[in-house]
Amino acid sequence: MIGRLIEGVPRRGLVLLALVLALLVVAPLFAGDYLLTVLILVLYFAYVGQAWNVMMGFAGQLSLGHALYVGLGAYTAAALYVHFGIGPWIGLLAAAPIAGLAGAFIGFLAFRFQVAGVYFAILTIAFDQFALVGFEHFTWTGASAGLFLPVKQYAHNDLWHLRGHPAMFYYVLLVATVLAYLFSRALLQSRIGYFWLAIREDEEAARASGIDTFRYKMLAVVISAAMTSFAGVIYAFYYNNLFPAQVFGIEHSIQIILAPIVGGIGTLFGPILGTVVIEAIAEGTRSLMGWVGFDVPGTKQLTLGMILLFIIIAAPHGVWPWLSARLRLTGKPK
Amino acid sequence: MSALLAVDNVSKRFRGLVAVDRVSFEVPEGSIFAAIGPNGAGKTTLFNLIAGVFAPDAGGIAFAGERIEGLKPDHICRRGIGRTFQIVRPFPALSVEDNVIVGALLHCRHLGAARDYAHDVLRRLDLYDKRLHPAAALTLPDRKRLEVARALATDPKLLLLDEVMAGLRPTETDRIVAILKELNRERGLTILLIEHVMRAVMALAGQVLVLHHGAKIAEGAPEEVVRDPAVIDSYLGAEAIE
Repeated sequence: MIGRLIEGVPRRGLVLLALVLALLVVAPLFAGDYLLTVLILVLYFAYVGQAWNVMMGFAGQLSLGHALYVGLGAYTAAALYVHFGIGPWIGLLAAAPIAGLAGAFIGFLAFRFQVAGVYFAILTIAFDQFALVGFEHFTWTGASAGLFLPVKQYAHNDLWHLRGHPAMFYYVLLVATVLAYLFSRALLQSRIGYFWLAIREDEEAARASGIDTFRYKMLAVVISAAMTSFAGVIYAFYYNNLFPAQVFGIEHSIQIILAPIVGGIGTLFGPILGTVVIEAIAEGTRSLMGWVGFDVPGTKQLTLGMILLFIIIAAPHGVWPWLSARLRLTGKPK
Repeated sequence: MSALLAVDNVSKRFRGLVAVDRVSFEVPEGSIFAAIGPNGAGKTTLFNLIAGVFAPDAGGIAFAGERIEGLKPDHICRRGIGRTFQIVRPFPALSVEDNVIVGALLHCRHLGAARDYAHDVLRRLDLYDKRLHPAAALTLPDRKRLEVARALATDPKLLLLDEVMAGLRPTETDRIVAILKELNRERGLTILLIEHVMRAVMALAGQVLVLHHGAKIAEGAPEEVVRDPAVIDSYLGAEAIE
């Protein structure tokens, strides 16, 4: 199993990977409170980016409404906790199928009626916005006034109920990100992964090669949606409050797809590297602005936007393919 | 010899245009059968009807004794009909090997078995040495052979080839002709090809069907067909009699 997982990875790549992983494991011991919140964000977006990548990077189906699955996961788990005292891990057992079903519904409508490309992307935005409006009026989950999880001081971390110090969330997300990476890699090296890539590259040719494209596209959406819902559960229990406009907002969807785009769509390390790059630039800009004493609202976003523009022009396939070629890590780009 | 593919009175209309007009023919098992005709004669439409891209408006298509008209392309492929596209469409970002593995995974459950199978196919088509190149980096002749390799990897009983020789130099044409002959002889692969390159048609086909304006105007052995006045008139032109 392990042999298959590391097949084709050069030794230097494994060493580098082990170093990065070790660094991530010990990071909370040295990071201050602020840096820890930044690192949690990094892992959150690395995880969701990986989930989104399954759909777009592997199967070539562009979702611009992935906040929908985060939101469904978050609201399902939070509502179960607030109303019935059901913990997040049991809640996940409901959240993942609900998100998966929502994905299946959108996928069925789109793929059954040949909605593809940008039209499919618009459909994903539309469903996310439906959910936003729906949850703003759904009083059982607090409507637009928000849903709040009970917060009190905890003597020690309660992993089962996800109540405790931010470091606990950090480690939960770290494990989730590593698992999502391994899962994606296993998928890519399987029959399903090959069929997804074929569909991404040329759907008609894929069909002529005997691939039931409807079935495999559905599979991609459902897996991606279910994976994403877990990030929603963490979101709910980490922030302890949920507002439809934030969770389901289009800004959230855009943020989710930024990391894999910057890191490299369809690559396994892209989403992870992409978040690190984006957060580093954002935080770097922030501290630079503070240091210079220049504090006009919007400057940070503008600078971030310009730097991202530059990166995308310089490395159109993402930072990871560029970097791995420089470090001579991968024989063939995957 | 029984017919592997039987096309019976098939028609297909696009709006007012009759693309295929009551065409019937039978492809015997183990044979090489060619469809020729001028541009716009309905050859590719006929192919798309067989491969399941379109359903015929009328008529029936039977493969290995079972009706297949109207089935989806992926079903048709799984029944045992592999096809190439006139304008080649390999999976550009995938390696040559991975392109062929996709086809082989149709019948190989495991990746290792599919890779071995793909390697065999690549060796047959002289692409083994280029197996790690991205498909987008291949030259046109190589891409044409990759197209054949991918279709072949699905382990078809019938191979539909849509102008795989078009745009190739005579030496490259002869190379593909030799490969196809070998596949037909050694594995008993039945081949139905659309072709403009008469050099290849004459060398390969045991039986030729000529289409004009969607209708069949001649059918028979290649030597007879090229002497048919109707065929010369509509397609080959006088110089082909030489």
